[in-house]
Amino acid sequence: MFKYFPHTENDLFAMKAKIGIRNTADLFRDIPENVAFRRDYDIPSAMSEIELRKHLEALAAENKTPIVFSGMGAYDHYNPAIIAQLVNREEFLTAYTPYQPEVAQGTLQYIFEFQSMVAMLSGMEVANASMYDGATATAEAMFMGLAIAKRNKFLVSATVSPFVLDVIKTYAHFRGVEIVMVPMKDGVIDRDELLALIGDDIAGLIVQKPNFYGIIEDYTGIADQLHAKKAILIENNDISTLAVLKTPSDDGADIACGDCQSLGMPLAFGGPYLGYMATKKAYARKLPGRIVGQSFDKNGKRAYVLTLQAREQHIRREKANSNICSNQSLMALYATIYLALMGPDGLKEVNEMAYSGAHYLYDELLKTGKFFVAFEQPFLKEFVVKTSLPPDLIRHALDEAGMFAAVVIDETASGMQMLLNFAVTEKRTKKEIDCLVAVLGGLSC
Amino acid sequence: MLNYDRLVFEQSVKGRKGYSLLNNTYPSKYQMADLGAKLRLKTVPLPELSELDVVRHYTLLSQKNFGVETGFYPLGSCTMKYNPKINEELAALPGFTRIHPLQYPSSIQGTLKIYRYLSEMLSEIVGMDAFTLNPFAGAHGELTGLMIMKQYHLNRQDFKRTKVIVPDAAHGTNPASSAVAGMDIIEIPSTASGLVDIEQLKAVLNDDVAGMMLTNPNTLGIFDRNICEICRLVHEAGGLMYYDGANLNALLGQARPGDMGFDIVHVNLHKTFSTPHGGGGPGSGPVGVKKKLAHLLPGPQVKETDGFCYIETSAESIGRVSGFFGNTLVWIRAYAYILTLGKENIKQVGELATINANYVKESLKDDYLLPIEGPCMHECVFDGLLDKSTNVTTLDIAKRLLDFGYHAPTIYFPLLFHQSIMIEPTETESKQTLDDFIAVMKTVAKEAKEHPDIVKEAPHATLVSRIDEVYAAKKMILTYQDLLEENAKINEVK
Repeated sequence: MFKYFPHTENDLFAMKAKIGIRNTADLFRDIPENVAFRRDYDIPSAMSEIELRKHLEALAAENKTPIVFSGMGAYDHYNPAIIAQLVNREEFLTAYTPYQPEVAQGTLQYIFEFQSMVAMLSGMEVANASMYDGATATAEAMFMGLAIAKRNKFLVSATVSPFVLDVIKTYAHFRGVEIVMVPMKDGVIDRDELLALIGDDIAGLIVQKPNFYGIIEDYTGIADQLHAKKAILIENNDISTLAVLKTPSDDGADIACGDCQSLGMPLAFGGPYLGYMATKKAYARKLPGRIVGQSFDKNGKRAYVLTLQAREQHIRREKANSNICSNQSLMALYATIYLALMGPDGLKEVNEMAYSGAHYLYDELLKTGKFFVAFEQPFLKEFVVKTSLPPDLIRHALDEAGMFAAVVIDETASGMQMLLNFAVTEKRTKKEIDCLVAVLGGLSC
Repeated sequence: MLNYDRLVFEQSVKGRKGYSLLNNTYPSKYQMADLGAKLRLKTVPLPELSELDVVRHYTLLSQKNFGVETGFYPLGSCTMKYNPKINEELAALPGFTRIHPLQYPSSIQGTLKIYRYLSEMLSEIVGMDAFTLNPFAGAHGELTGLMIMKQYHLNRQDFKRTKVIVPDAAHGTNPASSAVAGMDIIEIPSTASGLVDIEQLKAVLNDDVAGMMLTNPNTLGIFDRNICEICRLVHEAGGLMYYDGANLNALLGQARPGDMGFDIVHVNLHKTFSTPHGGGGPGSGPVGVKKKLAHLLPGPQVKETDGFCYIETSAESIGRVSGFFGNTLVWIRAYAYILTLGKENIKQVGELATINANYVKESLKDDYLLPIEGPCMHECVFDGLLDKSTNVTTLDIAKRLLDFGYHAPTIYFPLLFHQSIMIEPTETESKQTLDDFIAVMKTVAKEAKEHPDIVKEAPHATLVSRIDEVYAAKKMILTYQDLLEENAKINEVK
């Protein structure tokens, strides 16, 4: 037999006798002969663990793991060692959704802690148990906004990440939601254009902070303008930055959403990451996904349980506003442990280090005379600059040096010059930055 | 320490610290404080703990959980099979975890190759022509598949097709996904044995039907022998067939959805292909399609020429459904799983899973009501106890099983019966495990007759007893802040 199948010949003999069949084929008699699969799959032969390890290690070796100086939604923050150890405990790893709360208090409690921490960081009152990623969380926030405002048109700032925007557009297209882009000016939302666009038919506006260009936009007053028209504000944030920046709640947002990857999660080629969504208590029943609440058991012992389930897809079925079922629970545990470990000071330090590093890199790049200011705007850990160097030249030079940076942002559509993205986290050192600047500064057309 | 019930916030002691970072060696002129009014006023009230405090807190929490390695987990429709350890080790290789999603293709050939290889293997296993691995979960795969279905009709200028047929026995996500994809649902009643009622189907087939969603074997664990006829009818009416892959495990080695006539399939890697459920994710819900739909798959797409993989999204794509490439580390685990089984063993999965389910079914039918006779596939469904005279419910039985160290089966689903108990043993469980479980199920049935209160009050041996769900919904204590406010109110009353 094979190592994952425990059935011996004797077992099978006894089981078939109990079932009352001679051949297992009898169990599949409902499968019509013309679709019964009678051959081997055309896939490789079984590999021993030794072969498998060699094969996957060889594939992993075909990936280069450079020093990362770019962001755009995926940041190379420090991954504390204890997290992988704890989330890989089988009791967390191999459990299902906590449908039997008596044997799932571990999962339920960490989700409660996660919801609490998201609320603390965003300044909002309630948060759900998680979403897939920041992009889908934003699209689902839009659906929630439609349900709140009972209108069918959404404004999206042109400074929102194109990856997030693409998901918003896909979701909107199929749901028949009209998306109107609000243009930008100097890297931030154009306030005059925005004001002109906020009409009585608008459900809400989606903005991002820091925005796609790393700029910390000032959204003061926008929520009031929207609320005056009974529309809502959705703010997408990189959650790590909320430890230091004005919160979506401070900005008057009705829904906060975004990605938690920046909470020390491995880059992992884009996933698994973790989306979050938080809102005001008045809108709690409109939140998609799972929510955990505190209660008591029969003996008065504090306990946690999935709650407000009447909102969910398995109850509402065709009336559902969201279909999310499995989410990213284990990544919510990852985020919770990270935040417990870093605490208020750690997360602040992470942002301070990133700020210092990013601004140092920015100044050093400008000093080379080969990179130029794109926007005169405040930023935290990520920024863009202009250059006239050819992108391929930059890419090859960095590749040789074992670095990944200066991702090209194609803004040809908006008629702008080529922009390069840089991001610095607390993991980067001054020496690494000097090295990067030396490589880039030495290039010429 | 199983009585440990502190929240992480309640373990916090001001001044403790659990991290270490680099020294800040940048010129001192770079100070975040310069952001001034852009900064938040109040510090985030996160807890302050030492490293050991954190490790111990979450280790103690883990001990309040039940996983596949803790014991038998016969949760129907969830395919709680063993999650091989080697897959965890391999998915954690730095070559996979330390790459940025926007790196240039030449520097990420390993991961892109896995994307291609796994897509090809899944295509072969379910009989499709192309796959996307980007969807994050089963329901996300459904949504993606339905978007493809809708776009297919839109591209043909067939704007009338806005309705999706969903049998009443379907998983709850099917109608929800249809709604989110902007389609209307036509729910059709099933036959008494939970199969598609051909006459009911014919009655709704029209030129406004975009397609039909079906899981086969269905949620009763029964293979619909009319499947080819169903596909033919829907196709003749101009619709597409969508296969909900939640129950795919039974079909490994037995049949392929693509051969039955399905056009779009989603696969739950966290069910059929052994990746861990993680307490509710991350999962992965790849979507496979027939050739005529391949150009519609979501972006980013991974393509290959002469062995070199690159990223390119076709102009006709439905667009992005994920920020990047989905849960990549989950699909790497599934890839390792398929290679471990290989063509020699994977074909046995469906057969062994089906034998296990039938063995449980035959062994319990003298104590539990079997509503539908005949063989089942990967799972079997009972309609509560055979003898319901003491009013012991399915919920009571589920709770009593927890006392004996088993996870409960899926309960009250499918909705076709009032007292559904859905048991899916999977192929990785042994006859001994099943015999022990069967003995306990029989004991519970006996208790229900002789000492019903023991069952009705269960669980007795778990860390917490039944939880007041009404209180939770009414009080809405959803954060630590809510909890503090509620405690303050209680103290005030005192």
